[in-house]
Amino acid sequence: MQAGAKLGFILLISPLVLWLGLLIVIPHVDMFLVSIRERIGVGQYQTSFANYMAFFGEPLYIITFIRTAMMSILATVITLLIGFPVAFYIAKIAKGRLQSALFLLCLVPFWVSELVRTFGWMILLRETGLISKFLQWSGLADQPVEMLYNDVAIMIGLVYTSMLFMVVPLITTMESLDDSVIEAGYDLGGNGASVLREIIIPHAMPGIVSGSIVVFMLSLGNYLTPTMLGGKDSLWFTELIYSQFIVRFNWELGAAFGFMLLFLSSVIVWGTLKLTGQTLKSTMG
Amino acid sequence: MSTADLECVDLTKQFGNFTAVDDVSFTVPAGSFFSILGPSGCGKTTIMRMIAGFLEPTSGDILIRGRSVLDVAPNKRPVNMVFQHLALFPMMNIEGNIGYGLRRRGLAKPEIARKVDEALERIGLPGIGKRKVDELSGGQKQRVAIARCMVMEPEVLLLDEPLGALDLKLREHMKIELKTLQAAFDTTFIYITHDQSEALVMSDQIAVMNEGRFEQVGTGRELYYRPETAFVAGFVGEANRWRGRVTRAEAGELQLATEAGLTFAGTDHGRGLAVGDQAEIFVRPEAIRIAHAEGDVAHLENRMTGRVTSLLFNGAASRAMLRPETGGDEIEVTLPQSGEFADLGRDDTVHIGWEGAQANAFSAGGS
Repeated sequence: MQAGAKLGFILLISPLVLWLGLLIVIPHVDMFLVSIRERIGVGQYQTSFANYMAFFGEPLYIITFIRTAMMSILATVITLLIGFPVAFYIAKIAKGRLQSALFLLCLVPFWVSELVRTFGWMILLRETGLISKFLQWSGLADQPVEMLYNDVAIMIGLVYTSMLFMVVPLITTMESLDDSVIEAGYDLGGNGASVLREIIIPHAMPGIVSGSIVVFMLSLGNYLTPTMLGGKDSLWFTELIYSQFIVRFNWELGAAFGFMLLFLSSVIVWGTLKLTGQTLKSTMG
Repeated sequence: MSTADLECVDLTKQFGNFTAVDDVSFTVPAGSFFSILGPSGCGKTTIMRMIAGFLEPTSGDILIRGRSVLDVAPNKRPVNMVFQHLALFPMMNIEGNIGYGLRRRGLAKPEIARKVDEALERIGLPGIGKRKVDELSGGQKQRVAIARCMVMEPEVLLLDEPLGALDLKLREHMKIELKTLQAAFDTTFIYITHDQSEALVMSDQIAVMNEGRFEQVGTGRELYYRPETAFVAGFVGEANRWRGRVTRAEAGELQLATEAGLTFAGTDHGRGLAVGDQAEIFVRPEAIRIAHAEGDVAHLENRMTGRVTSLLFNGAASRAMLRPETGGDEIEVTLPQSGEFADLGRDDTVHIGWEGAQANAFSAGGS
């Protein structure tokens, strides 16, 4: 009986251990080892922090790094601002079939791949695209308008891609808020703004934080959207990592960049949790 | 000007084709405890939500201290509500909960702190201000929910079945406590419940509601002893009921023949039943005298002999179910607590009787 339980435990835990070990722990350890070696000759390496020095020595890298972080934070904020009312409407105002229908509508875009979705935006935004054509037809523009290949296009793509991951946790937390608590807020003299501030947002905080963390991570690590929608001036940090690994075959520097990105996302998530007084435990349930 | 705190005039609410509240008018005097008693789905919660301002009446008017509040938003009405599941704010501590309304009014912090302490003192829970909502027991939450409303000094406090979630012992205790709190705060309470004992124990006035209408408004005593409609007679308190036909009617004194062939004396308390009318007859179990000897009930107008089919022991409210020898449905009789029937067993034969005045007859619609 005891031995059987032990075997069961091992069988249950082994997929998780294999998953974490093979796909996360071992590659990261190896990446770290790669990132702290310096090539001094053909096939000759020595341990040093030269790659990290290279990162800090080159303004382009640092600027791209900070820009990526800022844009990701902005994308998270915009997603939250759009997603919150949407989630509130679905969770609290819509009833019955309308509720499930709206929820499904949020989900539908995710049935096609991210690549196709991004192409969709290109069809809309490019010089010969739908919006440009419409503007010319309506007389608002007298020549084709190029709306692709800039930061705004990236932002649209990021927000669109992340929306579901913000809306779902928000709906879940808001559904658990009893309607009569909101009514009590009004009954005791609150108006829309104060009920939102004192009751709805504090209640939805775990959802806000977990949604924001997911959206921020997705944006920070996104490669496809910035590459396809961004222009020459909108370099994303993942593109730097890609070019080091694939184009320049400089795995050492690429690995160092990878670790900088991991460090950056960890610090920002930790800082946000501290700032909002939430713990990872309360957020993840 | 009248001193009524709350007045509803011809209040009607329709949801599509369904009329939830049908032309209800009532007046609640200042400082009284007014209950609306009715089965679930009778429209009592709809009335309360209209008074609180969460629903707009289809027609009619609601006046608080003589002023119509129909165009006043819920957050501006001098009315506060204790919700069915209390709806305390789980994201705030007790202090935050009680002070919420005062903060909305823009009172200064020390003023709020003083009023919150005062309210906690009043509900007998001083010093719990820093605790969280889920650290309190059911009864404590109840009192906090009332305090949260009472700091607002509302002209009318609405309570929507607030005792529903409590266990029996606590509910009994809270009934007394609510009444005491009402006296202490000296505010008009409008209390909604489907539990007649809650309504009877606490209220000055009770409105019995059924299918969107008020059947009768009166004190508990009036409802219990002088029900005006068959619904009230059946809903408030226990009653044996028969259906029958009026065979003789003289100045309210009726002679009735039931469908099972029994003949009863009854009274209609001025409802004007005539010979030939279909009637419903209600007799309370405690209005029936029970005796071992036939002679003990000989002076009563209605007499029967029956066999005990079952005994329902329930302390002071113990009952016996009897099957009359003449046939017909079982009759429920309250056993006196003097001990003479302590040894009553199944299949014992006993004699019962009741006065004609205790048999309340109502017209059973149509005929």
